[in-house]
Amino acid sequence: MQIAAGHLPPTFPRALHFRLSPKFPLCAALVLAALPAAAAPVHVTYWEKWNGFEQRAMQAVIDKFNASQDRIVVDYYDQTGEIDRKTLVVTAGGDPPDLAGLHEQNIATFADAEALEPLDGFIEAEGMSTAQWLDRYYPIYARICTHGGHVYAGISTPVVETLYWNRTLFREAGLDPDRPPATLAEFNEYARKLTKHDPKTGRLTQVGFLPQDPGWWPWIFCDWFGGGLYDGHDVTFATNKANVAAYAWIQQFTKDYGLDNVKLFSSEFGPWASPSAPFFTGKIAMVFQGCFYDNYISQFKPGLDYGVGPWPEAVPGMKDFAMAEADVLVIPRGARHPREAWEFIKYCNSTNPNAQTREELQGAELLDYLQVKLSPLKVWSPFFTNHNSHPHIAMFRRLASSPHAVCVPQIGIWMEYYREVVSSFDRVRLLDATPEEALGYSQQRLDASWTRYKRSLERHGQWAALGETPR
Amino acid sequence: MTRGEKKQLRSGLAFTSLWIIGLGAFTAYPVIASLYYSFCDYSILKGPVWSGVENYQQLVQDGLFWKSLRNTLFYAGLSVPLGTAVALGLAVLLNCEVRGKSAFRLLFFMPSIVPVVASAMLWLWIFNGEYGLMNGILNPLLAPFGLHGPAWLADPAWSKPALIIMSVWGTGNAMVIYLAGLQNVPAELYEAAEIDGASAWQRFIHVTLPVIAPVVAFNAIMALIGAMQLFAQAYIMSEGANGNGNASDGNPARSTLFYTIYLFTTAFQDLRMGYASAMAYVLFIITAGLTWLAARLSRGRNEDAI
Repeated sequence: MQIAAGHLPPTFPRALHFRLSPKFPLCAALVLAALPAAAAPVHVTYWEKWNGFEQRAMQAVIDKFNASQDRIVVDYYDQTGEIDRKTLVVTAGGDPPDLAGLHEQNIATFADAEALEPLDGFIEAEGMSTAQWLDRYYPIYARICTHGGHVYAGISTPVVETLYWNRTLFREAGLDPDRPPATLAEFNEYARKLTKHDPKTGRLTQVGFLPQDPGWWPWIFCDWFGGGLYDGHDVTFATNKANVAAYAWIQQFTKDYGLDNVKLFSSEFGPWASPSAPFFTGKIAMVFQGCFYDNYISQFKPGLDYGVGPWPEAVPGMKDFAMAEADVLVIPRGARHPREAWEFIKYCNSTNPNAQTREELQGAELLDYLQVKLSPLKVWSPFFTNHNSHPHIAMFRRLASSPHAVCVPQIGIWMEYYREVVSSFDRVRLLDATPEEALGYSQQRLDASWTRYKRSLERHGQWAALGETPR
Repeated sequence: MTRGEKKQLRSGLAFTSLWIIGLGAFTAYPVIASLYYSFCDYSILKGPVWSGVENYQQLVQDGLFWKSLRNTLFYAGLSVPLGTAVALGLAVLLNCEVRGKSAFRLLFFMPSIVPVVASAMLWLWIFNGEYGLMNGILNPLLAPFGLHGPAWLADPAWSKPALIIMSVWGTGNAMVIYLAGLQNVPAELYEAAEIDGASAWQRFIHVTLPVIAPVVAFNAIMALIGAMQLFAQAYIMSEGANGNGNASDGNPARSTLFYTIYLFTTAFQDLRMGYASAMAYVLFIITAGLTWLAARLSRGRNEDAI
């Protein structure tokens, strides 16, 4: 049966009568137009590289932020894999997310490419100078957030890398499991004592240390030896003699173990985040790893008896050397809601310093508590300090605050630089070249790249504004 | 043009307009734009600045450009003949009248439809120096001589040969084309050769090969173009065996730094789109030159055969 509007039977509800009236759309439009603009929340699109427990931790922070106010809703989008390239392409296309979770080594390159919004203006609008804002972080994380005198990022997750050792293997080798090597000489001696060969074949069955495991940061050995990759003006890969010494030290492991032995032995290694990772299977006794490693140990090798301590002193007097990294939050250029995105960065880089309970944790501390990591900020709340479930949090806090903590140089050609470092590292450890030859070749390439890069910045009118990049 | 023809033209253009627009927007424009960018200092986010032939000059002086080109030519120089020989050999075998012929054809074709990533992961295991299948076979054979199989992908001397061996895995497509070619060889030629007392090998060399020479040339040229553009397998396997975070640099020691990998890192890690565009055009010229040479050589041989 068809019922024409306006000719409804008497029993038809009055409200439905109005709804079906042909005048309804017009009336609705008039009413909506007359109403004050509804304060609909702004949706901030947030791209992040994490999945798994790290994502769940960030989602909890987002939920708390979203619940803390009614103006902004942060929406998390998992972009696992190649997030830097994806962010770059969409930024170039003019449709970037409002927030992106990049790596610290992206900052200089992206900033120089004008892919990031500087945060200076937002910070100043909060009534703080950038110096005051940065002073809240441990110095190494403040350095990570800046490039060319501008703040481009907030920290999402800080990391510190240091020495992990297998206490069981220490005991078997007659070493004190509670006393990690304190100096480079001791480290070498321990490595030698912890190395075993098959008596029949001569092949390696266990090593004390292998520089290429995990192999993600072959540059750090340069800093550890008192060298450096960039002096604020020039690339110093081969010109800094400490770097050459570090690579000679790396090469010595291959010479001592035997090249074929090393190749075959390292073929046995499973992926680092798996039960067959060499540290978990007892094939390697000492590794340099990040504070996140404890999470993976408890996941893939529960019950492993291991210790965590500072890097041995490679340079006399340089105690508490440490390597710092961070995942960072940035606002891509052209983001639709930069101010709202900044509000979330601000939230993630602030804390409740008086938090006494889990519920009172906010921002950075909530995220780092859930991700079982340290906070990048100097001030820690009582709850975060006393109830962090990371078994070695005090050690990592000490290292993060160390004046000898280092990070990747904020230099726009870093990815190119990194590839050269990796290439030299490979050539040296595979006995394909002497350290002087390998680093010298890379230095030549990097000098040319740096000159070309500066020329490119000049062409685009940026070099004068950027000036010499602070180390 | 008559009125009817004009109408027909309009209809034709209307029906093909979507394809024409697509070709223009997604192929023609990028091709032309990249030619312009190859003469610019361009980083995708900042406007291109004209720099003349600077990118091409830098290419000539770039050691990695030459290394990546050498690696690529080495790979192409060995993988194309090997792939051709294996595909042709398989096709000849599968052209014989044997029971279960169809099943064998299916079996040998199947690897070519396995996704690249999946097959790369499989071959990562096969080439594992300690636990891999390859050394599992080689080691017992080498043991009497006191030798051990190489570390393959972890060894700069063996990483390229490993990828060349792996390339044979995907010869199924070429094999099918050869099969079609073999079935077009007139049976009377074989009969005549047999009457003349030709052996099976002589029949293959003097009858089969000359007749299917155009098919061989086609497959070889296609394989050459594919080899010059090798990317996914090398990218995944070099990272999988020697992962260095985000380096994408043909590890170990750049032994698998192929041309397109270097092009990719230049464009998307270093943001040097102008330089990468210049590299793309140089690759285009090299590939076109090699293709022309291969086509010319095969034409000459075909004419000789006739």
